[in-house]
Amino acid sequence: MTQEAVLDRAGAAPRRSSGWARFASLILADKKALVGLVILSLFVVAAVLGPVLSPYDPNAMDFDMIVGPSWTHPLGTDDLGRDLLSRLIVGTQISLFVGVSTVAIALVLGVGLGVLAGYLGGWVDHVIMRYIDLQWAFPNFIIAVYLVAVLGTGLVNVIVAISLAFVDDFARIARSMVLSIKEEQYIAAARTVGVSDFRIMWRHILPNATAPIIVQATVSVSYAILGEASLSFLGLGVEAATPTWGLILSESRSFISRAWWLGIFPGLAIMLTVLSINFLGDALRDFLDVREGRGI
Amino acid sequence: MSGYLLRRSIGALIVMWAVATLVFFMLRIVPGDPFAAMMADAGDMEAVEALRRKFGLDQPMYIQYLKWFSNALQGDFGTSIYGARVPVQQLLLEAIPRTLSIAGLSFIIALIIAVPAGLIAATKRNTGWDHGVTLFAFLGLSMPDFWLAILLIVFLAVNISWLPAIGYEPLSAGFWPWLSHLILPAIAVGTGFAAIIARMIRSAMLEVLKTDYMRVARAKGLKQSTLMIYHALPNALIPVVTVIGIAFALLMSGAVVVENVFSIKGLGRLLIQGILNRDYPVVQGAILVVSAIFVFSNLLVDMLYGVIDPRIRYDS
Repeated sequence: MTQEAVLDRAGAAPRRSSGWARFASLILADKKALVGLVILSLFVVAAVLGPVLSPYDPNAMDFDMIVGPSWTHPLGTDDLGRDLLSRLIVGTQISLFVGVSTVAIALVLGVGLGVLAGYLGGWVDHVIMRYIDLQWAFPNFIIAVYLVAVLGTGLVNVIVAISLAFVDDFARIARSMVLSIKEEQYIAAARTVGVSDFRIMWRHILPNATAPIIVQATVSVSYAILGEASLSFLGLGVEAATPTWGLILSESRSFISRAWWLGIFPGLAIMLTVLSINFLGDALRDFLDVREGRGI
Repeated sequence: MSGYLLRRSIGALIVMWAVATLVFFMLRIVPGDPFAAMMADAGDMEAVEALRRKFGLDQPMYIQYLKWFSNALQGDFGTSIYGARVPVQQLLLEAIPRTLSIAGLSFIIALIIAVPAGLIAATKRNTGWDHGVTLFAFLGLSMPDFWLAILLIVFLAVNISWLPAIGYEPLSAGFWPWLSHLILPAIAVGTGFAAIIARMIRSAMLEVLKTDYMRVARAKGLKQSTLMIYHALPNALIPVVTVIGIAFALLMSGAVVVENVFSIKGLGRLLIQGILNRDYPVVQGAILVVSAIFVFSNLLVDMLYGVIDPRIRYDS
C-alpha cells in the first residue's frame, strides 16, 4: 500500500453511527428480530387504535352465537354471540398495558433496591438482600399467585402482584453491576471531588449498568404477559367483565371442541405477542452482549 | 461438607419460617373476613361471630399466630372452612403425590425431547435441523402451558380419544391408569422446560466440541456416536444439572396452572380453589407445602452438585 493510500484512509472520517442506527441495522439483518418487530408492531397498533379498529362492542351480545370466522365476524363469535376480534383487541390493550406497567414498576423498585444495597453495603445491603434472597427461592409466578391470594383479584392488584414478583430479578442484576462499577477509578474520583452519594448512583453508576437491565426488562415483559394470561385463566386476574386473553380462553373451554376458533385465536394472540418479544429480546441480548439471565 | 450441609439446612428452615409468618400475617392484615363474605347473603351476624369464635379468629393476632404455628409444626394445618370442613392435612396428603407425579413425569418428557434435540442441533450446527430446534425452543418458551393443555385435550383426548381428558388415578389403581391420566398434563408442563434445556444442551455441546480432549478422542478414530454419547454429552449435561433446581420450580408452577385444566386435585388446584373460596387454612397449608418443596429441592440440588461435578468443593 502506498503512503498516500494509507494517509488517505487515515484521513477519512471514521464511520461512526449511533447506537440506534446500529441496532436498526442489526434488526434488519436478523430475520427473527425483524419478524418479532413486525408482529409486535401489529399488536401495538391494534391496542392503540383499538376503539377505531374494533368492529363491534366487545361486550355486545348477539343472536349469532358460536358462528365461525366470516366477513361479518372475522374471527367468529362466542357462546353469547360476542365478536371475538373485538374482544381480543381489548385483551391486547390489557396484556400490553400489564406487561409494560408491571415491568416499569418492578424495574424502578428493583433497581432502586439493588443500587442502594450494592452502593451503601453494610446493614442496608444485608437487610435488602435477605428479603431478595427469600423471594429468589420461589418462581415469580408462584409469588404472583401468593400475592393475589392476599390482595384479591382485579386489574390493580394483578399489576401490583406481578410487579412485586419481578422485583428480585432487577435488584440482583442492579446490585451485582453496582458492586463491580463501584470499584472503578472514576467513582473514586467523583467521590474525591465531593459528588453526593445520590448523584454518584444516579449519574455515574446507573448509566453504566443499563445493558443487562434492558435485556432483563425485555424478557420480563414477555413473562409478565404470560403471567397475567395465566392468572386470568385461573380466575385470579382482572375483573370478570373485562375480556382478557386468558379469561376468553378459560370461558370458551367447554365450547372449543365444536368451535375451534374460540380455542385457537386467543392462544395464538398470547403466543405471538410473547414470541415476538422473545425474538426481540434475543437480538437485544446479542447486541448488548449480555449473558443469559433468568425469568421464570 | 457437613458444616456446609448444616448451614444450608438451617438457612432452609429459616426461609420456611419466614414464608409461614409472612403468609399468616399478610392474609390477616388485608381487610375482608372469610366468614363475613360467606354469610353476607344471610346477613346473620351472630352466626358469623359464632364461626369466628369456633375458628379462633376472635383472639388477638399473636395468640392466633402462636397457636397456628405450634399446630403446623405438629402437622396440623386446621380444617377447611369451606364445604365439608375436611382437615387441611388430609387434602394436602392427597394432593402432594398428584403434583409430584405431574412434575416428575414432565421432567422425564422434557429430557426425552430436549437431549436428542440439543445434540442434533449442536452436531448439525447451522443446518435445517439446528434452525428447527431453535424455532421449537422459541415456540416452547412462548406458548402458554394452559393453552397447550387445552389443545391437547381437544385434539388428542376429545377428537381421537387416545387418552383420558381429565382426572387422576392413583398409582395403586394400576400403572397404566395412573400414567395415562398424567401423559397429557405432563406434555403441557414439560414442553416449555424442554425448550430451555434443548437450548442449554446445544450451547454446552458446542463448547465441549471445541475442547482438546474431544480432538484427541476424534484423533483416536472413535466412532461419532461413541464420541457424542460417552465423551461429549456427560460434560454438556453439567450446566443442565445446575438448573435442575430452577427447573423444578418451573415445572411446579406449570403444574399449578395445568392441574386446573385437567381437573386434577393437586396442590395447584387446591391453592387456586382455596383462594377463590377464601378458604384461608387451605391457602396457608398449600402455600407452605409448595414453598417447602421449592426450598428443599433447591437444597438437595446444591448438595448434588458436588457429587456430579467433583471439582465443586463446599468448604474452602
